[in-house]
Amino acid sequence: MSLWEYANPVKFLGLSARVQPFVWGGAGLCLAVGLLWGFFATPDDYRQGSTVKIIYLHVPAALMAINAWFMMLVASLIWLIRRHHVSALAAKAAAPVGVIMTVIALITGAIWGQPMWGTWWAWDPRLTSFLILFLFYLGYIALWEAVEDPDTAADLTAVLCLVGSVFAVLSRYAVKFWNQGLHQGTSVPLATGGRTVSDVFFYPLLISMIGFGLLFLALVLYRTGTEIRLRRARALLARSERGA
Amino acid sequence: MPDLGKYAAEVLAAYGVSLLLLAGLVVLSLRKGRKARATLAEVEGRKHG
Repeated sequence: MSLWEYANPVKFLGLSARVQPFVWGGAGLCLAVGLLWGFFATPDDYRQGSTVKIIYLHVPAALMAINAWFMMLVASLIWLIRRHHVSALAAKAAAPVGVIMTVIALITGAIWGQPMWGTWWAWDPRLTSFLILFLFYLGYIALWEAVEDPDTAADLTAVLCLVGSVFAVLSRYAVKFWNQGLHQGTSVPLATGGRTVSDVFFYPLLISMIGFGLLFLALVLYRTGTEIRLRRARALLARSERGA
Repeated sequence: MPDLGKYAAEVLAAYGVSLLLLAGLVVLSLRKGRKARATLAEVEGRKHG
């Protein structure tokens, strides 16, 4: 069995329907446990006070905002190289989820920043690259809507996705590249396994991160199914109009 | 409800906005999905009927 079998829309929809109940269930469970634990059962930080509770939303949302773009990049490359429609539609389906994650990261960051940094916003490398990533998301969604032919739209948006990936990388590594600005470094560096967050905050944060990841997966699977059905309906309509 | 001290407004605003955005995304996705299923069923029904 090859992974490419699932480039067939019917097989993709079959697999998606089988796994979605588990993914939605896992997402709901992890989000409920992570957020309720973080909100109700963790102490205040000695410096940040109760604003530390915002990390259970801000960190997972920021993580998924960047990872969503990387997922779109992989799907776009598959489309450009192998011309599988499901991959192009998966990238299209992921963009609105990514943009909401980016908005949550930006808003919760601003709400946290006001009392902690004394400002809602600073032109800091990470914040600025994140804002540009948000604009790329909007441009990507607008381009899909603006181009009528779906294959041309998939080509153009795939190229835009490649260009925007520069800002997704910058968003993740801006703190390291420039080593300046207000934003602190990564709290949970996955590559080194080290972390600057104590266990009492880390475990609910980890569960919340898993919850956001599963929610992203559930939404992308569901929305990709929607895009496949809409594409099929449009193709059938076009065929019947040509035949009439 | 935990005692959120002087930052209660900030914490509640962050949770309120985020949960609203996530719920909105889920609801809109489900609504669009249901509409797409109905559209496809109608078009396929027309084709076979």
